[in-house]
Amino acid sequence: MTAVLPDKHGFFGTFGGQFVPETLMAALDEFERAYKQLKRDRAFRDELHDILGEFVGRPTPLTEARRFASLANGAFRLFLKREDLNHTGAHKINNAIGQALIAKRMGKQRVIAETGAGQHGVATATACALLGLQCVVYMGEVDMARQELNVFRMRLLGAEVVPVTSGSRTLKDAINEAIRDWVTNVRTTHYIIGSVLGPHPYPMIVRDFQSVIGREALAQLKKKTGALPDVAIACVGGGSNAIGLFYEMLPHPSIRMIGVEAGGRGAQLGEHAARFSGGALGVLHGTRSMVLQDEFGQIAETHSISAGLDYPSIGPEHAYLQEIGRVEYHDCSDDLALEAFHKLSESEGIIPALESSHALGWLLRNGQTIARDAVVVVNLSGRGDKDVPQVAAL
Amino acid sequence: MKRVETLFRRLKRERRCGLIAYVTCGDGDTGRIVDALARAGADAIELGIPFSDPIADGPVIQAASQRALQHGTTTHDVFAIARAIRALHADLPLIAFSYLNPILRYGARRFAHDACEAGIDAVLLTDLPPEAAAELRKELREEGLGAVFLLAPTSTDARIRAIDRASDGFVYYVSTTGVTGARRELDPSLLGRLDEVRAKLRHPIAVGFGISRHEHYELLREHCDAIVVGSAIVRAIGEGDADGAAERAANVVRGILDTAILDTASIAPVP
Repeated sequence: MTAVLPDKHGFFGTFGGQFVPETLMAALDEFERAYKQLKRDRAFRDELHDILGEFVGRPTPLTEARRFASLANGAFRLFLKREDLNHTGAHKINNAIGQALIAKRMGKQRVIAETGAGQHGVATATACALLGLQCVVYMGEVDMARQELNVFRMRLLGAEVVPVTSGSRTLKDAINEAIRDWVTNVRTTHYIIGSVLGPHPYPMIVRDFQSVIGREALAQLKKKTGALPDVAIACVGGGSNAIGLFYEMLPHPSIRMIGVEAGGRGAQLGEHAARFSGGALGVLHGTRSMVLQDEFGQIAETHSISAGLDYPSIGPEHAYLQEIGRVEYHDCSDDLALEAFHKLSESEGIIPALESSHALGWLLRNGQTIARDAVVVVNLSGRGDKDVPQVAAL
Repeated sequence: MKRVETLFRRLKRERRCGLIAYVTCGDGDTGRIVDALARAGADAIELGIPFSDPIADGPVIQAASQRALQHGTTTHDVFAIARAIRALHADLPLIAFSYLNPILRYGARRFAHDACEAGIDAVLLTDLPPEAAAELRKELREEGLGAVFLLAPTSTDARIRAIDRASDGFVYYVSTTGVTGARRELDPSLLGRLDEVRAKLRHPIAVGFGISRHEHYELLREHCDAIVVGSAIVRAIGEGDADGAAERAANVVRGILDTAILDTASIAPVP
């Protein structure tokens, strides 16, 4: 299964594809060809491996969290995959470095990106600084206010941060604006999408660059426990950290996998970002997936305490994995995520990102259902430093 | 679909470059505005179905879509507008212009049926390339509606052929890499590129994005079968009182065709 998807048209079952203005079709094709060629290119692979090792700091540690596991009423063993210890503080850098390297090889000197929480923007700005590329980041005005520190970081790294004032002024609108820039400057510019979203080949390429997370975790768990994990949990906005953790585990049917969406403040449309319980099949930003929308196909606004999960659609491969029943998807409310944010900080000395806190929140509430001595791995996708001012202001 | 084909045959016979006018449905009194556009010389109308996330549109049409949605405009309203126009103009081609999601959500079959019943002739979706359109095209054709696809400056020869094959009535050439919006100057490579592309097509070619001035029409008229004017009209509709919107929109068309401009002062200058 893992080898054949997406199909040659970019579909995971009925999800995915390329639904973009004609102007971009040639660029998507160019990107896919470049990636397929570079994937087999020894020098490219060595360069990526070097940067991930010497600059990003991979492999990231796997930390056992005994005190948090007991707070979750569990008799299981809990391991945290420490993506928060990556340079720049989240898993986003894995993909940003990979795509920036491809951009450079394609001769594109200008890179654009969208960002929600700011982590992908910071990662892209960092990759561009490292590789000498020009960087422009689109960010919704609302997100700029709640993630002010990351705006400052991006500017320090030499990127131009463009405020997006249309629509809900969050991640969705930042992607709209980035696509408009790309349509205009497509000949000179590469668009680094930060999640497993957008038209083919993005969901595939971002997944491949993030799959290092699960690959390392499996090897580390084998060393520590001698076996495969029983449960893998990750939060899901677009879904790049989750697919990164899950992808290498998909061939092992004994591993239960759980994606946790943002339950926000309630079940009403506009109050959450739970695409599976509240969404319908739709097309947004170039891909067919589950989309939060009204009865006429207008995209709904979303709410989450975490900017990184505040998005009305979900990566098409997640929609597929949900449909075939391979991965379960649940949601975690703002309040529960916040509770987990505090509990992990106090019990383990690790301040998690509000995004990752959703995965921990689900575990906090459902830990008692997990079998005794089971091995659970949670992707701690980012660190919470960026969220401290927001939480302090609550 | 017949009305679109008849129009392009007539344009060929008359050796004339046509003008297709775009309006966002629900931004002002669309029925009255379209009536005025047709009387001012527009040969066909693109009826924009507003969408919350119009990635191919510049600020002017984005704002119009937002206004229309804030007024509560739905796909049903678009069909009501089309029926009202059809009652006044039996032969005026009407092309629904939108994004895929509102059509998917309405249901492809139901959309094709209701659009046909409302007197719409063809559908153009900016985010639907022909390779992903098989299902929708089948539903449209069963109701006698056409599908029009877009060509861009970045389209390869293979794509030009595929888009020509997939289109009904005409193909829409996007004049420049970019979003919709009035521009002072045309892309310098446009005329040469148009001649090259046109020679490869079986279908007539309409050119849109950025076209807003009489000079553009003069430059383009020998190189294409029709021009599309959108943002310049939409901006004129939005600037000023609601009562004058239809007349201001009509004046944009008159200005571009340069037929007796009645009130030059009401035409906003193009930046």
